[in-house]
Amino acid sequence: MKNPSIDTHPPADEVAQEPLLVVDNLHVEFATRQGVVRAVNGVSYTVNAGESLAVLGESGSGKSVTAQAIMGILDMPPARIPKGEVRFRGTDVLQLSEQARGQIRGQRIAMIFQDALSALNPVFTVGWQIGEMFRVHRGMSRRDANNKAVELMDRVRIPAARQRVNDYPHQFSGGMRQRIMIAMAIALDPEVLIADEPTTALDVTVQAQIMDLLAELQRESNMGLILITHDLGVVADVADKIAVMYAGRIVEHALVHDIYKNPAHPYSKGLLDSIPRVDMKGQELYAIKGLPPNLLNMPPGCAFHPRCPYGRPNCVTDVPPLYEISGTRGSACHYYREVLDGTVQ
Amino acid sequence: MGRFVIRRLLQAIPVLLGTTFLIFAIVYALPGDPIQALAGERRVDPILAATLREQFHLNDPLIVRYGYYLRDIVSGNFGTTFRGLPVSTIFEGKFAVTLKLATTALLFEAVIGIGLGLWAALRRGRWEDKAILAFTLLLVSIPTLVSGFVLQLVLGVQLKTSLGIAFFPVAGVQDGIRSYLLPGFVLATVSIAYLTRLTRTSLMETLRADYVRTAVAKGMPRSRVLGRHALRNSLIPLVTYLGADLGALMGGAVITETIFNLPGIGQQLFTSVYLRENPVVVGIVTVLVLIYIVANLVVDLLYAVLDPRIRYE
Amino acid sequence: MSNDTLPAESAAPSAQPAKQEKPASLWSDAWYDLRHNKVFIIASIMVSLFVAVSAFPGLFDTVGVAPVTCQLAESRQGISAAHWFGTDNLGCDVYSRVMHGARVSIVVGFVSAVVTGLVGGALGLLAGFYGRWVDVILSRVAEIFFAIPSILGALLILSIIGRDNAGITSVVLALAILAWPMILRIMRAAVITAKHQDYVVAARALGASPGRIMVRHILPNAVAPVIVVSTINLGAFIAGEAALSFLGVGIQSPQISWGLMIADARNRFLEAPLPLLFPALFLSLTILSVVMLGDAVRDALDPKLR
Repeated sequence: MKNPSIDTHPPADEVAQEPLLVVDNLHVEFATRQGVVRAVNGVSYTVNAGESLAVLGESGSGKSVTAQAIMGILDMPPARIPKGEVRFRGTDVLQLSEQARGQIRGQRIAMIFQDALSALNPVFTVGWQIGEMFRVHRGMSRRDANNKAVELMDRVRIPAARQRVNDYPHQFSGGMRQRIMIAMAIALDPEVLIADEPTTALDVTVQAQIMDLLAELQRESNMGLILITHDLGVVADVADKIAVMYAGRIVEHALVHDIYKNPAHPYSKGLLDSIPRVDMKGQELYAIKGLPPNLLNMPPGCAFHPRCPYGRPNCVTDVPPLYEISGTRGSACHYYREVLDGTVQ
Repeated sequence: MGRFVIRRLLQAIPVLLGTTFLIFAIVYALPGDPIQALAGERRVDPILAATLREQFHLNDPLIVRYGYYLRDIVSGNFGTTFRGLPVSTIFEGKFAVTLKLATTALLFEAVIGIGLGLWAALRRGRWEDKAILAFTLLLVSIPTLVSGFVLQLVLGVQLKTSLGIAFFPVAGVQDGIRSYLLPGFVLATVSIAYLTRLTRTSLMETLRADYVRTAVAKGMPRSRVLGRHALRNSLIPLVTYLGADLGALMGGAVITETIFNLPGIGQQLFTSVYLRENPVVVGIVTVLVLIYIVANLVVDLLYAVLDPRIRYE
Repeated sequence: MSNDTLPAESAAPSAQPAKQEKPASLWSDAWYDLRHNKVFIIASIMVSLFVAVSAFPGLFDTVGVAPVTCQLAESRQGISAAHWFGTDNLGCDVYSRVMHGARVSIVVGFVSAVVTGLVGGALGLLAGFYGRWVDVILSRVAEIFFAIPSILGALLILSIIGRDNAGITSVVLALAILAWPMILRIMRAAVITAKHQDYVVAARALGASPGRIMVRHILPNAVAPVIVVSTINLGAFIAGEAALSFLGVGIQSPQISWGLMIADARNRFLEAPLPLLFPALFLSLTILSVVMLGDAVRDALDPKLR
């Protein structure tokens, strides 16, 4: 236990029941010149220790905004969280003081970003940037922090770490830079690691290596891992469960093998069908028609209905709730049974 | 780093050669008799003219003459006045005055410009930001020529006559550092405006950068995010601007020194223009241009020290 | 928004695209911005006023500036009904002289800005479009001119030319000769950016001639930053002319320039400040109006620079 003040705050029995991280009915909106953009509309998910959750969706679906709200790195204003909770070990972090959140951010919940080149500070050495975690949060000396940085670079398997610790980010390749980001994020053994599109900017071969590294680190340290991605193919081997987001809502959540076997939402199905597969060689690749909706001007009813191949009249008028299919599975589609059975046309 | 320095020094050579040639060409290749041009409006005695032609190598081809001119510059010989005084002796003492003035201006510029710019950036879009932007607009619009006289009248004279505060001397350098405060500020005004805007833009851009978001996500305190991660990056263009401006301020000191009667190079330049001592004008301009180029060169090297991306290019 | 795949009833009213009146082009967009920009409107009115005064100073003065109107006996008088801005050392009416001084500032400012814009713009277009040795030569030459601080260079040029030949033309020349490289750099950078845009590559692939590509496809997309910087430079040119005239190498008496008026009033300034302060005020107001104009044009044409 690193910070007793937070851990002992709720009654002990409640802590035992409560998962590591719970996002509960989270809403995030942005004030823009054109009006209020509701980027996240009632998102809920949970992550347990040692579990990895993949959050899947197109850009603008609200998946990154949710993560930034968990971290508390949204610019407020223009962002606002009108409703919802983010409970970390039973404590709603949204209610904590900025100082208390600073004790969690980076130390107990850490995050890595998509483009490591721009996410690393160009004017400081990588060793300085990794070591900063130890100097600022642990009060270590410069030298000790530097040694820690070398250890971490070894751990994320950067070759010749001791020689390279004083190099600058731009002197590394893309894959190595992302490893440095990861080293920085896991520096203080966080309990939750959020990876926001960690491999999108990388070559395919490097993508797999980074994913393997993340999975391995997670196994070693029993972290909860939230993997944000738009690429269903990337997460299959790493994730335990998947939450699919569309237009600021979760449209389906399921264990990873369930959703691969049989999606329960037309959007998940569309995403799965648009992954190239060897056995479909020669056939035209499926693509979901149309574009994601404009968040300023959402379609009424189910937000997916203009693009949905199964759309029925009541999809235009009724917002589907997240129907519970089983203890681990839910779908926000009025016709999820037909989608599951494949009987809907 | 070493390779960068050498490459940058080598790049400076053609610019130095080109610039000196340009000055040379302006002096000797503009239409009219160069002897007459050098003599200004004095009537030139034909025998003297012939001697001068010989002395200034005017009978040689242009490129040879440029060679002589270059040799003179390298050996520190910037020509002779009509009274036979070497131009270089004119610099004695005067150079120090101009350097002090430019340094004072630079300090005003750095403190006020960066201070206001940071303030505006942190209060972006609020009334403080808008007021600071309006203030820079005003500063840019009032040329040294105007601000110099107005501040001389208001702070130097009115303050003394109406409130009895004689803090700002009106002219001369008899009062030590105090003599430089008012002229230094006047010289700095337009630069303050530019630096304020540059600082504001630079910090605002940095605050939007991904690595600042990373620093926040690392749980760094706000003071550290601003002071170490954002400021360090946004300072790079500011330091280089300031460095380059030192050369520009020395070149621009001519108006300020004239208004406040400071015995620096600028005032000498004004006097020489007035007396039509063209060799002195040419000599002073050459020196100031060289200072300007060297200042820019130093700044480029400084850039490499501050920004590792350039150092290892 | 997407093409709906649902039946017609999905076209509910709120499913229509967000109302966004997107003007057709950068130019109409900019013009729309400018028309709604208070700074631009105020600046335009001020600039128009100064242009009108400089075109027809006779309509605005009270007693004219002929030598006969100056009464030595009335020198250094304060503000009065007869002399709105007082009189100068020679007893001339300061107000009338200020009105007549506008012409030099406006003409020098605008002509210098146009000349540098055209010369620097044309050379920058060539350097950016053709690249290779054209670019190397033009950029190197520009770098040399760029290395000389403009007021020093202009001072040198004008003192060599000599006072007898000094006038608006030589001042414009002296200011423009050291200012075009800045425009060249900006135009060159903009052209290089535009050159690699897909529509230019496409036009080239379709066999359009280099001249046509330059004029029809690149120029309209590269000229905006040049206009912005040229407008901002206007103020620097006006200040430069005043400085050069003040230093005695610019406009010469009996022509009237605000810089010259400041120089003339300088010796008696501390006892009789009015003959200096009024031209100084108008000089600053003129620069203020063109700088405001430049700011507004920049905001409209290039929001990124804001």
